Amino acid sequence: MSVIAPRVPRAALALALAGLASGCSGASVLDPAGPVAEGNRANLLSALAIMLAIVVPTLIAIIAFAWWFRAGNPRAKHRPEFVFSGRIELVVWSIPLLVILFLSGVIWIGSHRLAPEAPLGPAGRALEVQVVSLDWKWLFIYPDEGIATVDRLVVPAGRPIRFRLTSASVMNAFFVPRLGSMIYAMNGMETHLHLQADRPGRYYGQSAQFSGDGFADMHFTLQAVPPPEFARWTAEIRGTGRTLDRTSYRALAQQGHAARGLAFGRVDPGLFGAIVTQAIPPAAGPKPAPGGQQVSG
Amino acid sequence: MSVLGKLDWSAIPIDQPIPLAAGGGAIALMLAALGWVTVKGHWPYLWREWITSVDHKRIGVMYVVLALAMLVRGFIDAIMMRTHQALTVGGGSGYLPPEHFNQIFSAHGTIMIFFGAMPFMVGLMNFVVPLQLGVRDVAFPRLNSTAFWLTASGALLVNLSLVLGEFARTGWLPYAPLSERSYSPGVGVDYYLWAVQIGGVGTLMAGINIVTTIVKTRAPGMGYLRMPMFCWTALCASMLIVAAFPILTATLTMLTLDRYLGFHFFTNAAGGSPMMFVNLIWAWGHPEVYILILPAFGVFSEVIATFSGKPLFGYRSMVAATLFITVVSFMVWLHHFFTMGAGANVNAAFGIATSIIAVGTGVKIYNWLFTMYGGRLRFPTPMLWSLGFLFTFIIGGMTGVLLAVPAADFILHNSLFLVAHFHNVIVSGTVFGAIAGYTFWFPKAFGFTLDERWGKRAFWLSLAGFVIVFGALYIAGLEGMTRRLQHVAVAQWGPLLYVSVAGVAVMIAGVAAQITQLVVSIRRRDALRDDTGDPWEGRSLEWATPSPPPAFNFATLPEVGGEEPYWRIKERAIASQQERSASDYEPITMPRRSATGFVTAFFATVIGFAMVWQIWWLAALGLVCAYGAFVAFAWRDENEDTFSAEEVARIERARRGAAA
Ligand code: HEM
Ligand SMILES: [Cu+2]
Repeated sequence: MSVIAPRVPRAALALALAGLASGCSGASVLDPAGPVAEGNRANLLSALAIMLAIVVPTLIAIIAFAWWFRAGNPRAKHRPEFVFSGRIELVVWSIPLLVILFLSGVIWIGSHRLAPEAPLGPAGRALEVQVVSLDWKWLFIYPDEGIATVDRLVVPAGRPIRFRLTSASVMNAFFVPRLGSMIYAMNGMETHLHLQADRPGRYYGQSAQFSGDGFADMHFTLQAVPPPEFARWTAEIRGTGRTLDRTSYRALAQQGHAARGLAFGRVDPGLFGAIVTQAIPPAAGPKPAPGGQQVSG
Repeated sequence: MSVLGKLDWSAIPIDQPIPLAAGGGAIALMLAALGWVTVKGHWPYLWREWITSVDHKRIGVMYVVLALAMLVRGFIDAIMMRTHQALTVGGGSGYLPPEHFNQIFSAHGTIMIFFGAMPFMVGLMNFVVPLQLGVRDVAFPRLNSTAFWLTASGALLVNLSLVLGEFARTGWLPYAPLSERSYSPGVGVDYYLWAVQIGGVGTLMAGINIVTTIVKTRAPGMGYLRMPMFCWTALCASMLIVAAFPILTATLTMLTLDRYLGFHFFTNAAGGSPMMFVNLIWAWGHPEVYILILPAFGVFSEVIATFSGKPLFGYRSMVAATLFITVVSFMVWLHHFFTMGAGANVNAAFGIATSIIAVGTGVKIYNWLFTMYGGRLRFPTPMLWSLGFLFTFIIGGMTGVLLAVPAADFILHNSLFLVAHFHNVIVSGTVFGAIAGYTFWFPKAFGFTLDERWGKRAFWLSLAGFVIVFGALYIAGLEGMTRRLQHVAVAQWGPLLYVSVAGVAVMIAGVAAQITQLVVSIRRRDALRDDTGDPWEGRSLEWATPSPPPAFNFATLPEVGGEEPYWRIKERAIASQQERSASDYEPITMPRRSATGFVTAFFATVIGFAMVWQIWWLAALGLVCAYGAFVAFAWRDENEDTFSAEEVARIERARRGAAA
């Protein structure tokens, strides 16, 4: 991933920030575990470095000016007539302008290199996972393997994953901090995201867009495993009897967490498409209760 | 459905101790205040001098009082959220179940933005702008009163939801489809819609009034480029209000139609587009953040120039930067949803547009810096708030630009880093500006200054608390923590959440010091009295009148001449007023007090309440009565009072006499 920043400050910054984040790397976005997260972090740090280059001197100048020109300082030159200077105005406009020009380069290149819809690596190598956000859990469908899981995402380490996302009801955002970019999941829409976990490990994932009463429990684990283990795992899931079709999906889509950890050995291949096109209508919400209230579930 | 629509006894949360206690406490407090006023027999005075007043200074003060009360309410919400969340680390259940926690963060944002920060800014503009322009009143005094009371009506409705029914559980911007009837069947979103709609119409009126006042009624000789900087920022913020608030009104109307009449603007089903809601709400929402910050920029410009003993550096450049921000703020709204998948070109374009706004902000910061250069700086409380702002706002602006880098926003959107960003710009920008302005102009409004010792304590405590709370939240965001979590699943966040609770404790001390300052100052008002009308060696016209200014502001309208700094204008204005003999005064006509605003807002509250609970007959009745009030108002034939020349001379001499 591209980095447009002077080497030294970036390294120093990374160090400083890593220091801040030390000890707890549980879900830190500064502790990337894949190429996308690395790119995100590089963009963040280069933008930060570019800005700190003018922010730090400005902060120092504020304190210095405020201190030096205090009324009690006889050595400070009083210049009440100093109210305009064309040269200073020129500098004052050009410095931020130049910084932003520089930053625009970072923005432009970064948004293209890290476009969530852009594939990682050659086509055909990626594993496809269809993601459906439900109230309040995540359904992960593996179309090629013909299996599905709830709130548990197992992927082969080192292989790109192509996520296709939608929502059964309200908006959510799919986010695995250590793997990088998040993306919204919306009913009647399909969004795309490409991520990769470089190393085996368990990564915390969660919904980042508030979606109602059970929202705080919309976290899941993304487990990256070596490819052979992934094959073993899919076979194991395929062996479980449960089938995900429209009927079981409808039960699953009801509000609540009861389905957490569920796995399906067989999946209706048209299910995801039916949700996206609303052939399956949006899932129901809470019920009205007396006194103008509402109850979930 | 019964006569009372959806309303019945079960709307009162008898089984829920927290809202019940909070609501009960608020009601008790209000009853106590009302009782005190009644016993003391202050009603006639309050009614005549305040409630029905159309004097822009009184209305400005009432705005600020409302804002202060709402800031306290919102702050209590914040304390609850931070302590509750910290208690849930490591599997604790805290004390707020999701349905309460979600209402609290929604109410917090709604109250702070619409009924705390906004009224504060509008109040300052109301109070200060006509005085700085050297005029006697605003363009539309009765509209002004109506605008205020409508805002108060919205605030009342939000707070009513505490004891009757529930508030929205959707966040301060009720994203569809979560806010649609199918996912929010309770009355919460309805409360939100009617409260914000009514308050928003009030804000729009206030904006129209201020724009017109500035464009049409400046003192003789005051060209646009001789206006104080605060008037410029007030003009730009009000133009933004006029341009942006209709978008809010339209968007909320569409959501209302969806919810009440089964329309499909933003629904999942039947071809509605929830994404359209997100676009529309931010098309208003981004300009809104500049409505909040621009007047604060104006306050800082006045304060820094005054206490540097210098005119504002690069005045024209500042005006240009303000106008630049005003225009560009309409072209960046998409940065609030880079993560919705719009594509690389769109994201990049909006990212670049967003960071371009920071150029205008940067220019302003440098000009404030050079205002201090070569000055003789004094550091009373308003100046401390301004320096605190300068220092911290740069960080907030910087994190804003980081969020404007789409590839970085992909990991920071909706995280606590975002939460820290906008609090960094709203608290240490808008709120610091509000408090700086409050301290700065308080002596103008009441004739005595605020206690400096408590003011400084309040400043240092608030600054320290702010840095601790939001420093911790910035880091928590980088640690991957997202916003609005009723409980937290990652134990590593615990320490950061505890630190932020500690910061909240410091902030509580800051708020307490701020309140103490007011109480102490009122007690010591005789010692703190300022008879000069100009306690700070001010530089603009508001300091040329006595404090508090007479109803007509200026006995004789100041003449603004030449290209000199305001400071000279002021000197001349005072001299020319003091030299006058009685025969130089002329009769002054001022608008007469009017109950229109209060009555209209009363019926607006009735309509809003009735619509929330679907009591259709009451809504219709409210509408008829509101229309009746309008007709009665249109038929009035006496709407002005005249001060005779002798009266003007007498009032003026009495006030100047105090100064002599
Ligand atoms: C230097 C100027 C600024 C820049 C570049 C900037 C940039 C941004 C960006 C990109 C976001 C969206 C981030 C996200 O949702 O992921 C954002 C959010 C926000 N900003 Fe700023 N900002 C600036 C100044 C301000 C100011 C002055 C205010 C208010 C006084 C403000 C208030 C907010 C609020 C309220 C939100 C988010 C609200 C929400 O999502 O609930 N910002 N800002
Ligand atoms: Cu914005």
